[in-house]
Amino acid sequence: MQDAKAMKLKIGLAEMLKGGVIMDVTTAEQAKIAEDAGAVAVMALERIPADIRAFGGVARMSDPTVIKAIQQAVSIPVMAKCRIGHFAEAQLLEALGVDFIDESEVLTPADEEYHVNKWEFKVPFVCGCRNLGEALRRIAEGAALIRTKGEAGSGNIVEAVRHMRAVQSGIKRLTVLGDEELVTEAKNLGAPVEIVREVKKLGKLPVPNFSAGGVATPADASLMMQLGAETVFVGSGIFKSADPAKRAKAIVSATTHYMDFDLIARVSEGLGDAMVGIEIEKIPAAERMAERGW
Amino acid sequence: MITVGILALQGDFAKHAQMIEKLGQRPILIRTAEQLRQCDGLIIPGGESTTLLKLMKKHALWDAVLDFARPKPVFGTCAGCIVVARSILGTKQESLGLIDIDVQRNAYGRQVDSFIDAVDIQLNGTMDKMEGVFIRAPKIKRIGKDVTPLAWHRNDVILAEQGCILVGTFHPELTEDSRVHEYFLRKIKANLFGICRNSI
Repeated sequence: MQDAKAMKLKIGLAEMLKGGVIMDVTTAEQAKIAEDAGAVAVMALERIPADIRAFGGVARMSDPTVIKAIQQAVSIPVMAKCRIGHFAEAQLLEALGVDFIDESEVLTPADEEYHVNKWEFKVPFVCGCRNLGEALRRIAEGAALIRTKGEAGSGNIVEAVRHMRAVQSGIKRLTVLGDEELVTEAKNLGAPVEIVREVKKLGKLPVPNFSAGGVATPADASLMMQLGAETVFVGSGIFKSADPAKRAKAIVSATTHYMDFDLIARVSEGLGDAMVGIEIEKIPAAERMAERGW
Repeated sequence: MITVGILALQGDFAKHAQMIEKLGQRPILIRTAEQLRQCDGLIIPGGESTTLLKLMKKHALWDAVLDFARPKPVFGTCAGCIVVARSILGTKQESLGLIDIDVQRNAYGRQVDSFIDAVDIQLNGTMDKMEGVFIRAPKIKRIGKDVTPLAWHRNDVILAEQGCILVGTFHPELTEDSRVHEYFLRKIKANLFGICRNSI
């Protein structure tokens, strides 16, 4: 019962963020640019994913100084990332008063078997997934929000599309299965049967489903919203582009009005260069962030 | 059937739409001024008030909502309450000024301070209990003399009305309890019959 109440508050905040854009920022100035552009929340980071990729080495939770400076700069919710399974980083982030924790594959995993037990926290968690089974395992661990992973820092939307389609077709499949098929389906998905039943009944995930990893243009944002994302995370796509403020505003407009193609065409004009982007095949398998998480 | 517009620029519009549908009325999601014309009433949902404000201005909904509210009912919850208030304490943030209240943003703190608690509600003369969901909620710090308080959490007014404008700092749409939405639908009906009017 306590769990149910706490979960209602956690999912409640995710509901408030729907139809919006959540932007990765590394400084108070960038956070202001994001807020002014109409972001619904910011993700406070030491380095954006494209730089984490370029920098190499172990990527950890951000310095609290960076998070605090960003919390002071804006009034919208501030999110921050912890490493997969690193519950102590999560405890620190909760103590810092961040509004959402992203247990993220963008950082170097701390545990190759277990994710954080998110039920133990008062602060809500968002977790990445590539398919329905992964999404349902994270929900079973207490995630209040799911985002498809995409490939962070790639500027390439192809993985985000793959993961969103996989989740959506997994859900569609459940809705046509008979009740007698659900236990086996749960086994195949590697997810608890109770949650599988719930998804079949609802025809959607029991928590909001956002999209991340690879959005670089207003059209990318519209694409993900049309494929079923309820909000879009934009990482490197904004601050690795020629004109971040203008691009940020354009992506916000394209997300809100994702079916208004005249408007999206208009806001897409004259944005300058988008981030360069990488073909996924050119990223060595060991460096693909989406593969992290189990 | 009553048509209730739900401002869907950003926020928890989907939950309000579900509630209106559950009550047998027609919700429509509002993203342009044009769409407002079909509505008998409007809900401005929870979300981020700064974001809502910017998007309303950018997409010509600021003046459109002001015009809409002159004759018609508007219900603002959480961020929506901030958007329709007379003034927002401690910031220069603009607001529509549809109801004579002063509001303080994030008055309880950050998400870790969000909570669920029993609240007292008085919608038809008798005092009742209800579940109040408060998420990074604002507080109503002052109500004008023409504003009627309708619900309380401890000593704070959390639901209030003036003419056809209804505001709440909590989220009835996140519960199964539809009493507040039913109350708003009654206001819309009264407005359609010319009984409930706005003074602004």
